[in-house]
Amino acid sequence: MNLDELLAQLAGFFGGSAEGGLFVTSDGLLLTLQLQLIPMALGLLLSIPLAFARNARSGWIAKPVWCYTWLFRGTPMLVQLFLIYYGLAQFEAVKDSRAWAYLRDPYCCALLSFALNTTAYTTEILAGQIRRIDWREIEAAQSLGMSRWMMNYRIVLPSALRRSLPAYGNEVIMLLHGTSIVSLVTLTDITGVARHLYSETYDPFQPFMIAGALYLSLTWLISRLFLKMEHRWLAFLKPASR
Amino acid sequence: MRVAQFSIAILLMTSLALAHAQQTLRIGIEGEYPPFNQIDQSGELVGFDVDISRALCAAMKVQCKFVVQSWNGIIPALLANKSDLIISSLAITDKRREALAFSNPYYVENAIFVAAKNHPLQVSAEGLKGKVIGVQGATTYEKMLKEKFPGVTVRSYTAVSDHNLDLVSGRIDAVLGSNLVMGNWLDTADAKNFEIKGTPFRDVKYMGQGAGIAARKSDGALITRVNAALDAIRQSGQFDAISKKYFKVDISR
Repeated sequence: MNLDELLAQLAGFFGGSAEGGLFVTSDGLLLTLQLQLIPMALGLLLSIPLAFARNARSGWIAKPVWCYTWLFRGTPMLVQLFLIYYGLAQFEAVKDSRAWAYLRDPYCCALLSFALNTTAYTTEILAGQIRRIDWREIEAAQSLGMSRWMMNYRIVLPSALRRSLPAYGNEVIMLLHGTSIVSLVTLTDITGVARHLYSETYDPFQPFMIAGALYLSLTWLISRLFLKMEHRWLAFLKPASR
Repeated sequence: MRVAQFSIAILLMTSLALAHAQQTLRIGIEGEYPPFNQIDQSGELVGFDVDISRALCAAMKVQCKFVVQSWNGIIPALLANKSDLIISSLAITDKRREALAFSNPYYVENAIFVAAKNHPLQVSAEGLKGKVIGVQGATTYEKMLKEKFPGVTVRSYTAVSDHNLDLVSGRIDAVLGSNLVMGNWLDTADAKNFEIKGTPFRDVKYMGQGAGIAARKSDGALITRVNAALDAIRQSGQFDAISKKYFKVDISR
């Protein structure tokens, strides 16, 4: 293993090259982070109303959400990405629509596909915790005369969000690992850089080891962050004696 | 003593017979590069490379087995001893020569840009600036596109069929590829609104001396046999017959 070559390869993962500075392009780490954070933020926002809708008494509201999460949790992310990227482009109606301005871009297709996927999972995680709320908290809220909306906003949602943390942390990590498929639609994320270096050098070991180390570091960061958050926001679930 | 000699003789004979039977060459091939190699609807490998491989194996009197391997891993697979030869339209370049042993070229191709008929694409470093061009990844064309035409937005695809899909859907302005492969696609119904832009060209610096058959560097003797077999099928007329089956033009020059 040669140090110069290792450094040159490493620079590639940070959007740079041996000659130029780092982050000249968003290839590698930056793209992976974007594909992780943007769908995550969208998923978190969308999943709150969807989780309540999922638990709605009316089937007209609950069933479509159930159907959506069933479809997106029941199929692999790669299949979803291919359907959105290559599949939608087969329809003239899609190409004539305004959405084509975004759908023709592989980056937007990846964001859309990951957002749809992670929203489905996050909705189910949150909906499950909403169902499992302690009935005594509901009774207490009702006894204070809270409206349903206020009760959901003040009692149900904060509690469900907190209790969702451990499962949601796993989903965030799964999403990070899931983003590694985007090089199949021409995007150069961490895995894309590794694949490129692999075909340049014919050596799979070093590029994929670097990619693995980067994913591992990101995963470690995420799990540390969630541990901190759990420590802070799930303290109420700890035994009182300690 | 006799028994021992006899059993040693038997052992030797069986091991020789085994060694002979094991003379099966594994041929690495992409299977997604029509008309050179592709998997047809019945799941059979077909194409120019496939027919040439079969003719070469017959001439070398060896059994051959195809190992279908996605393009960007085809050289690493050979180096990792997952195949013995690559007969898959692999261009002979100086960089690849550093890692591989190549036969004499068995065909030559030119590079072409393909775009929609109504697209006013100017094939020049200036005219291509800012255009989105599709190309197959890990190919000589990808390297040439990146280095020779700076300012182009390069989209690298796993296989030719993928960039053709995006060319049709309008995601990319044009594709850079082989005149033989893209020319073959232009004859299909999908490509009725597409045409060659500019003139076909060959840049030896990137495209090398043509397509060759590759083996590991340690297998120099195998390459000698492949070269002899190539000469033999050229002389017997087999090569021309196979070439005529797929191409209207002479692909040896």
